[in-house]
Amino acid sequence: MQWGAGIGVAMTGCSKTEKTAAVEEEGPSQLGATIRAYGERSPHEKSARFLPDTKTPEAASSRTPLADSHGIITPNGLHFERHHSGVPTIDPAAHKLLIHGLVSNPLMLTMGELKRLPSVSRVHFIECAGNSRSEWGTKGAPDVRQSHGLASCSEWTGVLLSVLLAEAGVQAKAKWLIAEGDDPCHMQRSIPLSKALDDIIVAYGQNGESLRPEQGYPLRLVVPGYEGNINVKWLRRINVTDQPGMVKDETSKYTELLGDGKARIFTFEMDAKSVITYPSGGHQLEGKGFHQITGLAWSGRGRVETVEISTDGGKTWKKAELQEPRHRMAFTRFRLGWTWDGGEAVLVSRCTDETGYTQPTRDDLIAVRGKNSDYHCNATKPWMVSADGKVTNA
Amino acid sequence: MRKALLVLTVSIVAAQSGKYGVGRAPAPEEIKRLDLTVLPDGTGLPAGGGSAAEGKLVYERRCQRCHGAEAKGGDEVAMVGGQGTLPTPKPLKTVGSYWPHATTLFDYVRRAMPFKEPGILTADQVYAVTAYILQLNGIIKDGERMDAKSLPAVRMPNRDGFIPDSRPDTGPKAKR
Ligand code: HEC
Repeated sequence: MQWGAGIGVAMTGCSKTEKTAAVEEEGPSQLGATIRAYGERSPHEKSARFLPDTKTPEAASSRTPLADSHGIITPNGLHFERHHSGVPTIDPAAHKLLIHGLVSNPLMLTMGELKRLPSVSRVHFIECAGNSRSEWGTKGAPDVRQSHGLASCSEWTGVLLSVLLAEAGVQAKAKWLIAEGDDPCHMQRSIPLSKALDDIIVAYGQNGESLRPEQGYPLRLVVPGYEGNINVKWLRRINVTDQPGMVKDETSKYTELLGDGKARIFTFEMDAKSVITYPSGGHQLEGKGFHQITGLAWSGRGRVETVEISTDGGKTWKKAELQEPRHRMAFTRFRLGWTWDGGEAVLVSRCTDETGYTQPTRDDLIAVRGKNSDYHCNATKPWMVSADGKVTNA
Repeated sequence: MRKALLVLTVSIVAAQSGKYGVGRAPAPEEIKRLDLTVLPDGTGLPAGGGSAAEGKLVYERRCQRCHGAEAKGGDEVAMVGGQGTLPTPKPLKTVGSYWPHATTLFDYVRRAMPFKEPGILTADQVYAVTAYILQLNGIIKDGERMDAKSLPAVRMPNRDGFIPDSRPDTGPKAKR
């Protein structure tokens, strides 16, 4: 009763001080939308994943519009996708995870059982090994969605794989495990046991809700810092072995051919990488004067320590400010104030991670790897600002 | 050093086995039904077998419209050719020129192909189409049968073409 009276007082106060004039001239304001069970973004927001032209959309990828995102978290509806036989529809009540092979107690776990176990929530990026493939070429992609959009970052929640392996009792001769999905082609990858005992998450949560179907609903692996393909989605089986499976996606694909015809295999970590997302390809600067340069940096080997920015194509560098806290194997947001004088400028960023490794240029990479590596391109990416304010791939 | 550490961790894990007691022990038949793993040494290969001649028929019916006549490539990738091209500016990576193990071909086709109907082929058909692709590449002879014994024994031309990760490979900490 008292509460209702309070509201009444507040409303009277409001209409007297602010609304009286408007009501007389334009009539009363329309009420907004009612409460709803599941929220949607504003109809003014059109940010969308980039869908490449493909004859097989079930074995394809969509890319995150990195230039539209704020902070370090990718909205669930914009996380990049990569599937090899389409997105399956899985009933979580029927879904199970089998752990078998070189274990003392093979285990079958339901989703309900997995959720009873101790959980962790951690922020990690996932980046496809083929991200920035365009940048091996002489002419890179025109915008950051196409050049770097096979990378996204989320807070993942689930059980540490080490907990599940302890439950199953890993035998002494075990060295690898082979993880397999419940998608129609049963995508699989081999993972060293040492990584599994370290920080792999068997995840069911993504940014506060259940995984999206295209991110592996109801269960996936999150393998911090390792190439995206190994983060097996729709996880249904883990086979503990003494050797890798030498499966298709670790022999035919996801291996890097060097100039001498030999190929690197089991190239797990994603090297440190950064890219400016504003101003970036496709943007039009509204005028000279102040602009905040911003972008994202990440490393598969730990924390990002520094990001430097050049506005003169790499002649001089300034340290950018890094958003805290900086998580390991996660996107790190960087920012630097910049006053554009209205002339031509070439903007580029480079990052250094906690191991002391600094992001190379495309020329540095080609000098050691040749041009046929396909995967793992972490070259610096310059953007050209023209005098008319147009931003293009430099 | 790293190896010693790993062994230590593993024995700790084994000692803690079953701490939470959540989940159940699957029946052996359940594991068998789900276990699709095929290892390069042949572990996991099913009974059955097939020849290139039989595989040609499977290929023409189930694969050709995407991968082209004699697996030379169509809408989808070629599975023959490219041997000798790996160190050149235009490498052609195929089953014949690039793949290190023949078991991978069986395993991948069984779980993933044909693209629109994965799982439709019998074990005999998968062995046969595998034999056909290997024979087209000149890796096995006409009439050689592929089965759980002969397939892992096939020596692929690029078997020794792979090296361990040698990154970081740029900057002052480069390994090479
Ligand atoms: C409808 C088209 C289609 C048909 C029919 C088809 N494939 Fe494929 N194949 C594909 C696609 C698409 C891919 C790539 C899949 C991916 O990217 O994950 C592929 C990939 C492959 C690869 C991997 C090649 C490499 O170098 O990585 C092999 C091997 C293969 N197919 C064998 C077969 C065989 C054998 C058959 C017949 C039993 C077959 N395919 C039928 C579409 C097809």
